Order: sequence, then structure tokens, then C-alpha cells
Amino acid sequence: MLDTMFFYMFALLAVAGAILTITMRSAVHCAISLIASLAGVAGLYLLQKAEFLFAVQLVLYIGGIMVLFLFVIMLVNLDSAAKERQFHRRWAGGAVAAVLAGASALWLLSKGAPSFGSPVAQAAPSPDGNVEQLADLLFRQYLVPFELASLLLLVAIVGSVLMAKKRTS
Amino acid sequence: MPPELTQLLPASVPLSWYLVLSAILFSLGIAGFLFRRNIITVFMSIELMLNAVNLTFVAFSYHLKQVDGHIFSFFVMVVAAAEAAVGLAIILTVFKNRATLEIDEVSSMKL
Amino acid sequence: MPTSFIPTAADLLRLSPDIVLTAGGALMMVIEPLTGAARKARMAAIAVLLIAAAMALSVMAYSDPGTSFSGMLVVDGFSTFFRILVYGCGLLTVLMSVDYFKRERGSESGEYYALIVFSLVGQSLMASANELVLLFIGLEISSIAGYIMAGYLRDDKRNNESALKYFLLGSFATAFMLYGVAWIYGLTGSTNLDTVRRAILGGAMEQSGQMLMIATALMFVGFAFKISAAPFHVWAPDVYQGAPAPVAAFLSAGAKAAAFAMLVRVAASAFFPLSAKWEMLLWATALATMIVGNFAALRQSNIKRMLAYSSVAHAGYILVAVTAHSEVGIAAVMFYLASYVLMTIGVFAVVTLVASKGERFVEIDDFSGLVQRQPMLAIALTIFLFSLIGIPLTGGFFAKFYVFKAALDSNLTWLTILGLLNSAAAAFYYLRVLVVMYMKPAAEGAGPVDPAGIGIKAAIVASAVGTLYLGVYPSAVLDFAGKAAQLVK
Repeated sequence: MLDTMFFYMFALLAVAGAILTITMRSAVHCAISLIASLAGVAGLYLLQKAEFLFAVQLVLYIGGIMVLFLFVIMLVNLDSAAKERQFHRRWAGGAVAAVLAGASALWLLSKGAPSFGSPVAQAAPSPDGNVEQLADLLFRQYLVPFELASLLLLVAIVGSVLMAKKRTS
Repeated sequence: MPPELTQLLPASVPLSWYLVLSAILFSLGIAGFLFRRNIITVFMSIELMLNAVNLTFVAFSYHLKQVDGHIFSFFVMVVAAAEAAVGLAIILTVFKNRATLEIDEVSSMKL
Repeated sequence: MPTSFIPTAADLLRLSPDIVLTAGGALMMVIEPLTGAARKARMAAIAVLLIAAAMALSVMAYSDPGTSFSGMLVVDGFSTFFRILVYGCGLLTVLMSVDYFKRERGSESGEYYALIVFSLVGQSLMASANELVLLFIGLEISSIAGYIMAGYLRDDKRNNESALKYFLLGSFATAFMLYGVAWIYGLTGSTNLDTVRRAILGGAMEQSGQMLMIATALMFVGFAFKISAAPFHVWAPDVYQGAPAPVAAFLSAGAKAAAFAMLVRVAASAFFPLSAKWEMLLWATALATMIVGNFAALRQSNIKRMLAYSSVAHAGYILVAVTAHSEVGIAAVMFYLASYVLMTIGVFAVVTLVASKGERFVEIDDFSGLVQRQPMLAIALTIFLFSLIGIPLTGGFFAKFYVFKAALDSNLTWLTILGLLNSAAAAFYYLRVLVVMYMKPAAEGAGPVDPAGIGIKAAIVASAVGTLYLGVYPSAVLDFAGKAAQLVK
């Protein structure tokens, strides 16, 4: 019962944040709304006993990525943009596409819903906590992707510095 | 309680609710990508889509009583961070060269 | 199944090309500040050595095929073929870039070569991944390096736009693909390709067939972006036109080959039980891609944009072989990609030379009288154009032949006929370049083509020799491809 109330609360936060992100005029407002949406999703992770992801979402996604977004928005100084047109002239096409996508997704989900079985009341209790289980998998089975993710981050660092560094000429 | 309300307040949240929610978030992300003009907001819509994906992974993972979905989610977050860094660097460079961030202005190469 | 922390020697051997390239690339990043501004070509030399070592190690790893790291990585004929192919593409791109940077002074840096090396790691992973996680990481490594390279000359507005479009649309595509993977995980309980196939065969189809089709459709949308299939091809002309010519070659040849390897492996391995259901959709996509690519290319006057649309059309031909969903089809895909990579690199190398500093001369008319200005270059370009058209004695001919043969073997008669018609129509825009080269006199405004450095000469000669080799003696490569097409054991 309490679970459901929390679900509604976080889901509302996530969806409201998402709607505001794609409709607000100022880029800073969009960023703040996205932060709210991400916080809602983080709450949903916590509800599903994904404690590690909850923490990573808050620290990495909100505390890292969105702060980076805000820095760039400040650097780019979009005051003038706030006064200009902010939606495509041909927005009807995009709206139709998105509504169709959403409606078809919902319809298909309703058709396929019975195949997902009964709702999970309680996850089977295991001796390890969530982080221990994740660590076990990450360092044994998923070792190679984990190491290569560090290569990915190296490429991102090299690339972003290359792109954005000060021109010396 | 009227029967409709008991339907809306089950003892625990079924999987399909999470999937519907992530489908809604994904569609909102697509909508934002397709019809916003400001490049940074377009990129924020992509982040919304990736969040919907993560939510799907976690929801299925909880349903299947496995932790593998969390691992994939974790990797998606890592990639999202890397893409954010690179993408924002590219956006900064575009802005430095053109002083505008409207998607229509940046499209000089036509069919 | 949990394994021990320490990988076995066999595991390490199978991953060794990637390990060498990663370590070498990191070493390049460390050495880079120590090389002076005028000596950046040394970084290119290091890159060449690394890639050659990786090619040698891939061949060595093939002596012990199998899966490693708890089923994540698979080394078999298919992955070795594509590893060698993308490494070769990377090597030729490095050679091409050295010459390119001689003209664009002041913007060469070791990071460019390091990015190529890292991108090759990603592409090699895409070809040899047996698990969707590793596939995704490899795809992202390759793509992110590609976004940066496409926008490498920061002050050039065309590069900026190219990088931005590639980045936005590439990320959009990745999000679709990931959503599909999330659903596959939910419906089958795993992201390992073999486990997914067993789950589909075991009964997931009956339980949730519709959602499974939706999930594969979502993944296909993501893959279709990466291979520039219609209607998800719109990024390709702008990105290839705006990026520096060597980068356009790298993306158009190597990244596309890796993306096809990814598509074929996932389709043949995990979604093999579903292949009959997807034939209609693949049929339509292949046809649309060929038509869009060819008919748009006819209207172009900028050679890079024309080559971009032509690469879209070639992706259509390869999709015809994918539609055949047979072993012959997979072998045809592999052969086509081998010849496609060689002719694409060759053509873009010639374009790099003719385009000159700042890529000023990129209209088709700028090629007029090339046979008088630079006869050897004109001959090389003729070989590549003949191969692109599909004239006998070049690799392109046999490539198309095997693709359509595979299609006919799978009873795709209409698609074959339409494909051949498309191929004939495509000859027009390639012939236009040939006519301009040979028949038109050199325009007064066209400057002399700069002398070619040894690197780019080697790249052009290697591509031309490779194209002719595949045209005269295709059986060696084709037999290997045929044996390697046994993906599903």
C-alpha cells in the first residue's frame, strides 16, 4: 500500500519533470525539470531495491551529468534564445509521431501484459546486499565490459578536451 | 472503497506499470528530440530516453529476481556520462563558431 | 557462470589485439605532449605499428577459436575476418591522414591517431562480441571516437555541423537500440546472444511473441541508423560531406563494416528463429535504401556528398544479402564489405588529394582533366569507379554477383531484378566522374594537384591492388567467408 503511494509520487515527479523538460522555454528551466525527473526515477529505483543504482543516479546523473549541462548552458549564455521561437514550425509532425509511438507502446503493453505473470511481492532474500551482488557479477562475469568502459571514458575525455580546449593560436 | 480504486492501489506495484511509465518517458523523449529547436534541449530529451531505458532494465531485473539488469543499467549510465561530455563539448564548439544554438541555423548543408 | 578473477591464457590471446591497441593508444596519449609540433607523423608511425601488431595477433588468435570471458567474447572466422578488415581500414586511414595533415598545418595532433586506434578497438569488439553488453560498449567506443573525428577541425563550420548531426542522430539511434535490448533482456532473461536464442527457441515466442517482435524492431531501428539504411540514412550525406575526407573514409568504410558485422551476428545468432518473419521488412528496407541512395546520388554535384549517397546505396545491396538470411548470404555480406572497404578508402584517398588544402576542390567539375594533370591518380580513380559500378575484373563485380546469387538462392527474384536495375542506374553517376576526368579539359582555375606523400600513395596503391585482386581471384576470400558463415553451431 505504501509502496504504491510512493510509486505514484515518484512516477508523477518523473513524468511531470519530463513534460516540463520538453516544453519549457528557458534552457536552465529545462535542466532543472530534468533533474526533478531524474530524482523521480531514482526514487523508483529505490522502490525496486536497486540501492546502488539509486545512489549512482543521484551522484552521477544528477550530480555529474546535469551539473555539466548547467555549466555548458551558463557558458553558452542563452538569454537571447529565451526570447526566440522555441518549437519547430512543423511541430505537428513530431507531435503526431510521438503520440503514435506512445499510444502503440501502451496498446502493445496492454496486449502483452498477461504474459508477465503475477506481480512480485517480495524479492527472494539473499545473504548479500545489492552492492555485493553487483560487485560479484561486475568483477567476474562482466569483467571485460567493465574494463572497456574505462577505455570508453578515456576516449570521452580525450575527445571532449580536444573539442573544447582553448585555442592557443 | 469503490472497486476502481482498489484496482488502482494494489498491494505491490505490478511490472506492467513500470513498463508503461518507461514507455511514456521514452515517448516524451522522442517528442522532445523531434520538435524542440534548441540543441541543448534536444540533447536533454536523449537523456530522458536513456533514463526510460534504465528504468525498463531495473524493472525487468526486479521481476526476474536477477541483478544483471542493474549491471546493464550501470553501463548505460557510464555511456550516458561519456556521451554527455563529448556532446556538450561539440555543442560548445558549434556555439563558439556560430553564436547560435538553433537547430535550423546550423543546417547549412542541404539536399 | 562465475569464473575466477584471473583470465586464462586462451582468453587473453583472444582479446590480445584489443589489449595491444588499448595499451598502445594510451601510450600514444602519454608520448604525445613530448613530440614537437612538426613531428606528429611519428604518432602515425606508432599507430601503424600498433595496427599491424593487432592484425598479426588476430590471426594468431584465430588458431584457437571459441568463446571466452564467460561467453562474452567469441573468436571465430566471422570475427577474425572483420577484425582484419577494420584494422586494414584503420591502417589505410592513418596513411591517408598523414598526407591530409601536411596541408592542414597546425591542426595535426597525436590524439587524432590515438582516436583512430581506440575506435578500432570498439569496432573489433563489435565484430567479436557475443553479449549485448560488450556489443554496446564496443559500439559506443567506436561511435564516440567517430563523433570527435568528424568534427576534428574545430574552426571549420562544416566539421562542426557534421560532428553535431552525427552525435545527435547517433545517440538517438543508440537509445532506440538500448530500449530494444532492455525488452529482450526482460523477455529472455539474459543478454548473451546464445542464451537469447535458446530462450526464443525454448518458448518465449509463444508466451510473448508480439513484444519480442517489437523489441527486435527497436533494435533494428538502432542498427539501421548505424548502417545508414533508409529511412534512417539522412545523417549520412551531411556527416560524410562535412567531415574531413580521411575521416569520412574511415566512417563510411570501417564503421559501416563493423555495424554490419554487428547486425549480422545479432540477427544470425540471437534472432535466428525469427528470421523468416523479418524477411518482408528487410526486403522493403533493402529496396528503399538502394533506391534512395542511387537516385539522390544522381542529383549531386559535390563529390563527397555523391559518395555519401553511393555508400547508402551500397548498404542497400548488402542488405539484400542480409535479407537472404542464409549462410551464402552471410558470406556474400562479408565479401561485399571487403571489396567495399577497399574501394571506398581508395576513392576517398583520391578525393583527399584533389580536394587540396581546406577541401576547396570538392565539386565533381574539379576533377576535370585529371588524366592530364595526374595520370596515375586518374587511373587509380578509374579502377575504384569501375569497382563501384561493378564492372568485371574488379572486386565490386564479384561482390554484387555473390549478393544477387545469394538472393536468388533464397527465392528473392523480384529483389534481385530491382537490385540489378538499381545497379545499372547507379552507373550513371560514376560514369559522370569518369567523363569529366577524361573528356573535359582541365579548367583554368584548378590548381595543380599537390604531390602525393608516400603514405597516401601506399594507401591508394594498396586499395587498387586489393580491388583488382578481389576481382581476378575472389575465391580465396570467398572460401574463407563461406566457412566463417557458420555462426550458429
